[in-house]
This record gives sequence, structure tokens and C-alpha cells, in this order.
Amino acid sequence: MINWYSFLYKKNRCLPYFYLFFLCSFSNAEILVNDSAIIQEKLPKKLSEFNFFSDLPAQIPNTDVVPYELITPLFSDYTKKKRFVYVPDGNKAKYKEKSVYQFPNGSALIKTFYFLGDERKPESKITLLETRVLLKKDDGWDAGSYVWNEEKNDAVLKIAGKAINSSWINQDGEIIKVRYKVPNKNQCQECHQSGDKLIPIGPKPRNLNKDLFYPKLGEKHNQLIFWLDKEIIDHYPDSIDRVVDWENTNEDIEDRARSYLAINCGHCHSNTGNASSSGLYLDFLEERPKQLGIYKKPVAAGRGSGNMKYSIVPGKPEKSILLYRMLSLDPGVMMPESGRALNHKEGIALISSWIETMRR
Amino acid sequence: MFNFFKNEKFMLYHLITIFLFLFTSIVSAEVYEIGPSKNSQEELQELMILVNPGDTIILKEGVYELTDGLSLTHSNVTIKGEGMHKSILDFSKQISGAQGLLVSSDQVVLKDFAVIDSKGDGIKVVGADGIYIVNVRTQWRGEPKTSNGAYGFYPVQSKNVYIEGCIAIGASDAGIYVGQSENIIVRNNIAEYNVAGIEIENSYYADVYENIVKFNTGGILVFDLPDLPQQGGHSIRVFDNKSIKNNTANFAPKGNIVSTVPRGTGILVLASKNVEIFENEIRDNATINLAIVSYFEETDDVNYYPHPRTISLYKNDFSNSGFDPDIYSNEMAKILSEIAGEKMPDIFWDGVLPLKQIFFGQRQEERIFAKDNGNASYLSINPIKYLLPFIDPANRDLGEFDQMPSPLKAVEINIPLERIN
Repeated sequence: MINWYSFLYKKNRCLPYFYLFFLCSFSNAEILVNDSAIIQEKLPKKLSEFNFFSDLPAQIPNTDVVPYELITPLFSDYTKKKRFVYVPDGNKAKYKEKSVYQFPNGSALIKTFYFLGDERKPESKITLLETRVLLKKDDGWDAGSYVWNEEKNDAVLKIAGKAINSSWINQDGEIIKVRYKVPNKNQCQECHQSGDKLIPIGPKPRNLNKDLFYPKLGEKHNQLIFWLDKEIIDHYPDSIDRVVDWENTNEDIEDRARSYLAINCGHCHSNTGNASSSGLYLDFLEERPKQLGIYKKPVAAGRGSGNMKYSIVPGKPEKSILLYRMLSLDPGVMMPESGRALNHKEGIALISSWIETMRR
Repeated sequence: MFNFFKNEKFMLYHLITIFLFLFTSIVSAEVYEIGPSKNSQEELQELMILVNPGDTIILKEGVYELTDGLSLTHSNVTIKGEGMHKSILDFSKQISGAQGLLVSSDQVVLKDFAVIDSKGDGIKVVGADGIYIVNVRTQWRGEPKTSNGAYGFYPVQSKNVYIEGCIAIGASDAGIYVGQSENIIVRNNIAEYNVAGIEIENSYYADVYENIVKFNTGGILVFDLPDLPQQGGHSIRVFDNKSIKNNTANFAPKGNIVSTVPRGTGILVLASKNVEIFENEIRDNATINLAIVSYFEETDDVNYYPHPRTISLYKNDFSNSGFDPDIYSNEMAKILSEIAGEKMPDIFWDGVLPLKQIFFGQRQEERIFAKDNGNASYLSINPIKYLLPFIDPANRDLGEFDQMPSPLKAVEINIPLERIN
């Protein structure tokens, strides 16, 4: 026989759960990532629709969205970048040798580009430019870019791209003006293409293998350990390589240069990338001197050759097409073909001294 | 009547037509019209991103001022203007983008418009299966100059490439360039004031015919180059073309292979295998009407064969060659002129062979075959004699090469006629 008060007992027992549920629905539910916005066929019109952030303008991610950094990033006109990864609950990105992580459907990679108003003052005002998303849908990755509105409280999808006139003050106190180019949807594809698929470029295990400070936790962790712990990834190999930080002057100059070229050029200049027809391959795995550009003649460079005969002439940066194209701002000459409107002085200096040190 | 319906084939035919009709009505192809505006860049690019396979973009007459390169990644799209002198994509104010228009999808038709003054290449097509370019013009205006873009039409790593009725002017490399591709037809085009009029490079199965190439540095080039993903270019037919007065000084940026082409070259074959050149009119080219040469620079590419093989020349109409050879700026022209003296030939073969073949002779089937070329004069260099003093290394007897190899088959491409007409 049931005690008459069993009902009450049960009710009491449920109460804390009810209470919790309500708490969740009021404080947490609004910042759950909107999974359907990621996998739906059409990209949402506004960045806010994804709910990637608990505070969008301040770029504070919600609990399931994890910030990350790369050891050697792509140069994009001196913009600063905030990167985030989201993998839906109960799924993990799979480790694959010599590749980026294989993310499950519903995953998202998010990257916000901004200028720090005055680079000498870390607390100075930031100018948000755009937030790019890579979304893993059922039929592969989709890419889009959201341009921040005037009020800087949300960003709007711009599939045809946009040119933004912006400026900032650099470390030397110079005001730098730039016509910053938000890529159109096709240009996203041009760089992220491998064979006939889109793939992410950055999140390769060896380019993630570094410590990062997580502000929400107030703790510092190795990103790969943290990702494994957070069940973002399933595995990383014990003998994992680490990409050389191109800026770390304690490292070997060749390693720094190769790291820089791999990240900035290797996604197109590889045998599966968009520039495969050039025969110039600058990805991490390339070892053949000719394919790396050493005494390699141009094929279809046109005036990109700058009247020079070889991509790289060891010991002679001034006679190397590779450097010439890094130095150019002419759209018919410059490399990369898109995503750059300014010269990367520090990158140029690195590649120049690398070629200089090569044995003739 | 009764029999008629009993015919199974007939029924099947009907079923197919009905099915096709239903299919096309379900997947209704849209036609979008667009005209020039102040915001052409964004409007046009957005449209090219938003279209679906099967759709058509109509470029209404007018000048579209563009600041950045355009690109198309959807397959089965038609971009059609109202004429190559009416619908004009003008890139003279281009700020970014390595070419005017980039196509990276399959079965795309480009028709009846112009791409003008782009900072890099005019129209680049990468990795397409099926690209049909008809009555399109690419041009860099003004005098031919080194700062012009490299290629007017630039399909690369593509299959089933069809270029017809187009005009290419002013490219600092090649007006029409097809590289590392397969199954190619280039017909009835005009290429002038480019460094190379038409160039087929590292490609397989190409028919180049009924083109008029004049006032370039070199008219038609068939090249095979080392250190590339696709090499061993072969099976190329060049016929019924007019290659005339290609005497414009070479304005290609140095470092590019075409910068080594002598001013005044009608047709130039470099390396390559199985090339047929017939029924062309080749005349008034100041250095040489037709030259066949080996790849002359160093290479350590073990997979590369630097010598031309199985080249046949017949029924070509040659006249007036070598009257003002490019001896001051071109090494090949200089050597040729020194050896030929006053009697510059129509056809020149550099005679360079692998060492073994220099002494023991070429394989019969790999030799140059020539027949019925009218009064064409010929010169090849005997490399052994060339190295000895006081001996004339010139061989002027064309008669020894008269056994024709079996002819190459015509290239066949399934052209989507309903979209092109």
C-alpha cells in the first residue's frame, strides 16, 4: 500500500529539479548555440542568430564555444583575430594524420577580425571588421562572412564581400590606413579548397599545440589537452609536432620561413590547392627544392615574374620572384591573390633573410 | 497506325521526351538580367554567387566598371552579354583580384561580352569539366605593353575546353592560352597584338583551327614544359589557320617562357609529341614561319622529354619568311640567321636530339614528316657539324622526311548548342 504522503515526498524530491530547470531556461537557454542555424541550408542573415556569444559586441563566447589560437597565423593586413571552435554535444572532431581535424556535422569555426585602435595601448578601442564562419553541414563545409554594422552590436552576412576603409596606429605610432577587403563567398572557397571540397586551414594539431590562457577559468592550458578534456577532439598523438612560431627568433630561420610560407601560401600552393597548376608547392610536407621554388621558373606568372627567372635564387632575395610578389601591391602581381592590401614588413624581412642565408 | 504505336522504340522515345519535359519544368532555370550601375561590382558578384545551376545571367549592354575580380563557382551557369562590343566588363579601375573573371565550375557558357584592361589575366578557368567560351573579347587597350595582363583566355587543368569566335588583343603572354588541359577546341578566333596569339601548353588532344593570328610576336605556340603536374603534351592538330605578320616586338616580362619567342614567328613547336600542322597559311613572319625546337633550358625533371617527336607538316602554304630576323634580342633568331645567311627558311628544326640519337639516328616514327608544302624552304642544324669549324651545319633538304604517320583523330566535345546559339 502506498503511503498517503508518498506523493508529497516525490513532489518535494522533484522540486530542486524544477527549480534547476527554471534556472536553466532563464539564465542558460538564451545562450545555447543555435544548432539549426549552423546546419540549415541558407546562411543566417545576422551573426547574432547563431548564439555563439553570450556578449556579442564584447566577443565573449558562450559556454560551449571555446577560444583558440594558432602558433603561426595567416597574415591579413595586420588585423587581430579572435578564434573560436564549437562542436555540438556528444560529438568529437576526429584526429587524422597530416591533416586538419575532421569535425562532426554541426561544428563551427568562428574568426573575428579587428584592429586595435592603438597597438601601443592594449586597452585602446577596438574596431570590429568582420566575423567569418566555417560551418560543417551534412554536405560539407560552408563559408560566410559577417560584416559588423555601424553600431557594432551585430554583424550582417555579406556574400559579395565588402571593402572597408579603416585605420589604426601601429607599434611605431604611425597611422596606417587600409582598404580592408572582406572576401566574398567565392573567395572563401578559393583558399579553403582542397580538391573539390572546402576544408578548414588553421586547426591542424601541430598548429594548435601551445598554451593558452582561458579567461573564464583564469587558467592556462595546452590547447590540445584542453580540447581533449572538453571533448572537442578525440585524440592527438603523443609524438605531436609543433609548428614553429614564425616570430620566434630563437628558432631556426628555415623552420620559421617554412612555417610562414606553409600558413600563408601552402593552402593554395599545394598539389591539391588552387595554385596546383603552378608547380610551386609551399606546404609543410614539401621537400623537393624545385617545387619549393629554388631555381624554379615561372609558368603562367605573366608580369608577376617581375622580369626575373626563378622563384627563389639562393642568396639573392632581390632576384627571387617569390619575394617580389610579396612586396607588390599590384593585383596582377601580388601574392596572395586576395586577402592582402598591405605589405607584411615582418614577413618580407623573414623570407628575405631566409633566401639570403641559403647556400648558393 | 496501329503498328506505329506498337513500335517499342517509338514509345521509349516518347517516354524520354515526356520525362525530359517534366524534369526541365521542375528544375526551372531562372534568367537574371542585370545592367551596369554604380554598384556593378557588388551586384554582379552577388548574382554570380546566388545563381543556381541551370540559371542564366544576362549582361545588358553597357560598361560595367569593376574594382575587384569577379568569380563564378556554380556549375551549369550561362553568362551572356549582348555582344562583345556592347556588354563590357571594364577592369581599368581594378584594385584587387588576380584576374577579371574566374570560373572554377563545370559546364559554364560565357558568351557575347568583353573583359577589358584587367590587372592580371582576363578570363581564367580552373579545373573545369566543360567550359564553352563563344564570341567573347579580352583586350588591353593602347599599345602592347609589358604591364598588360598575362593571358586573355586562360583555361587551365580543365577538360572539354571550347573557345570559338573570340577576340584576344594585347596580352603580355598569350591571347588564348590553354594549359595542362585535355580535349580542347580553339576555332575561328582572332588573336592579335599579343606576345603569343594562341598557346597550347602541356595539354592533350587539341584542335586549333580556322583562327586568324596576326601582329603578335609569335602566332601559334605548341609547348611542353617541365616541372608541372601535367606534362608530356601530345596529340595536337593545328590546321586551316592564318598566321600572318607576327612581327610585334616581344613585350613579355622576362622569366616567362614566351619572352624567349623571337619577334616574327609564325608557328613554334617546343618539345611535345604527335603534332599535326596542315593546311595553314603562314606568311610574312620576319624571323621564321615555322620552327620546331627542343626545350633549351636546364632541367632535372626526369619525367620530362625535352625534344619534339612525331611532328607532321603538310599542305601548308608558306611564303615570305625571315626577312628581318630578331637577331638583336633573340638567341634562337641569331643562331638561325648566322647559319642560314641570306637564305632564311620557312621551316626550321633545331636538330637537337638525345646524344644517342645524334649518333645512331632517330626512331623512324619520331621524325618530322613533311609533305606537299609547296615551295617551302627548310633548314635544320646538324649538331655534330655545328661543333666543327669550317663545316656548314645546315641541312636544307626537306625531301628526306616524307613518310606520313597515321593522322590524329578529330577532337570531339559535346557542346551544349541550345545554350550557345
